Amino acid sequence: MTSTPTSTPTSTPGQTAGPFFHYALPYDGDHLLVPPGSPGATWLHGTVRDGEGTPVPDALVEVWQSDAAGEVPRLAGSLRRDGRSFTGFGRCATDAEGRYGFSTLVPGTPFFAVAVFARGLLHRLATRAYLPGSSDALLDALPAERRATLMTTEDAHGLRFDVHLQGPHETVFLTYPGEAG
Amino acid sequence: MADPMTQPTPPTPPHPTTGLEPQAALDAEMAAISSSYAATLDATGASEAGVRRDYPPYRSSRLRHPTKDPHQVDPEGIELWSPVFGARDVDPLEADLTIQRGGEPQGERMVVTGRVVDGDGRPVRRQLVEIWQANAGGRYVHQRDQHPAPLDPHFTGMGRCLTDDDGTYRFTTIRPGPYPWRNHHNAWRPGHIHFSVFGTQFTQRLVTQMYFPGDPLTALDPICQAVVDPAARARLVAAYDHDVTQHEWATGYRWDIVLTGAHRTPLEPEEDA
Ligand SMILES: [Fe+2]
Repeated sequence: MTSTPTSTPTSTPGQTAGPFFHYALPYDGDHLLVPPGSPGATWLHGTVRDGEGTPVPDALVEVWQSDAAGEVPRLAGSLRRDGRSFTGFGRCATDAEGRYGFSTLVPGTPFFAVAVFARGLLHRLATRAYLPGSSDALLDALPAERRATLMTTEDAHGLRFDVHLQGPHETVFLTYPGEAG
Repeated sequence: MADPMTQPTPPTPPHPTTGLEPQAALDAEMAAISSSYAATLDATGASEAGVRRDYPPYRSSRLRHPTKDPHQVDPEGIELWSPVFGARDVDPLEADLTIQRGGEPQGERMVVTGRVVDGDGRPVRRQLVEIWQANAGGRYVHQRDQHPAPLDPHFTGMGRCLTDDDGTYRFTTIRPGPYPWRNHHNAWRPGHIHFSVFGTQFTQRLVTQMYFPGDPLTALDPICQAVVDPAARARLVAAYDHDVTQHEWATGYRWDIVLTGAHRTPLEPEEDA
């Protein structure tokens, strides 16, 4: 293959995950990045809500994160976990009350990358779930009430991160340069 | 989306038994959005490459799409990488959806293959592709699918594979049938396969649907039409490829998937090959 630039292909549009992904995308252990209760384990959890505040029972949340030392995991095995290797990727379908949860490690870097899919969402949503007390250029650029939507909060179970698809508490969703509008 | 060119459609009576709006009402809404988009394109030359987040004819999007503009950021840290999937994760047999239940499923056996590339045309290598779909009769193996079409005891309708070193994925499956849904009265989804794709960076994460060439239902379907640009919409449609078709075995379709550009400077030597 030569390095001659060719015409840049244009990206494939997204489409909704629809209501019928449950027998395909979830898998055993999908939301257990580390065994619950293992050393350093926390519970990253929350509720996905629509524009009226109603829980969304058919959403899918994915998390991708660094390990506790802040390193990017480069290990396979997210789909068939061995109980020892930290792969950094997890997936969780929301339950009847719109809740999701991950047994995972507190990342050594400021945020979890989060993707959200659902019936009614034509394109996947990308956001960040920041550890309490984080500060960076993105957070600094946001008004306080918008910034709050990106912050996890500590509670009795671990770290809480609710997702509001729409409405007064709408989560800040992200796009990246070059992403199709 | 606030769009001055979109006139409110005249009220259309709901169907007397289902209480749902007729297809004609949806067609009028979709046509108004299309002509408004065409006018904007003529005036500004700014085409829309993606799917609209807000597309009112897709009724269940009403309370679920963000209404605030997304915040553009330069990806950093973990966002510049993707999870690694390997032989441990995916059995090669998972790419054949016709052998999962100990018997031959009903319907048109087909091969669907294509390449996953990034926005610069580089192959996305050894990365996970997941698919799910209805059976030949348009029925999903899902407890919430109430369509009175038969389940096929020999078909689950989900598959996985890893792309090869050229970014190529390949599945053997059954051509999915169209199925009804309750977006409006007599609403039918065109036959489609759901795809979930990872890139080299998590920012490229994509879930989408593949359609079939010449399907008359795509023009009537608010999910497909939510990609308002006709050229962009055409990128969701596979091509029949006789070179993929196999003698006395399966028809063949080709569908390439192009992710958004990669932001990370390639570090792994094989990425520069
Ligand atoms: Fe579907």
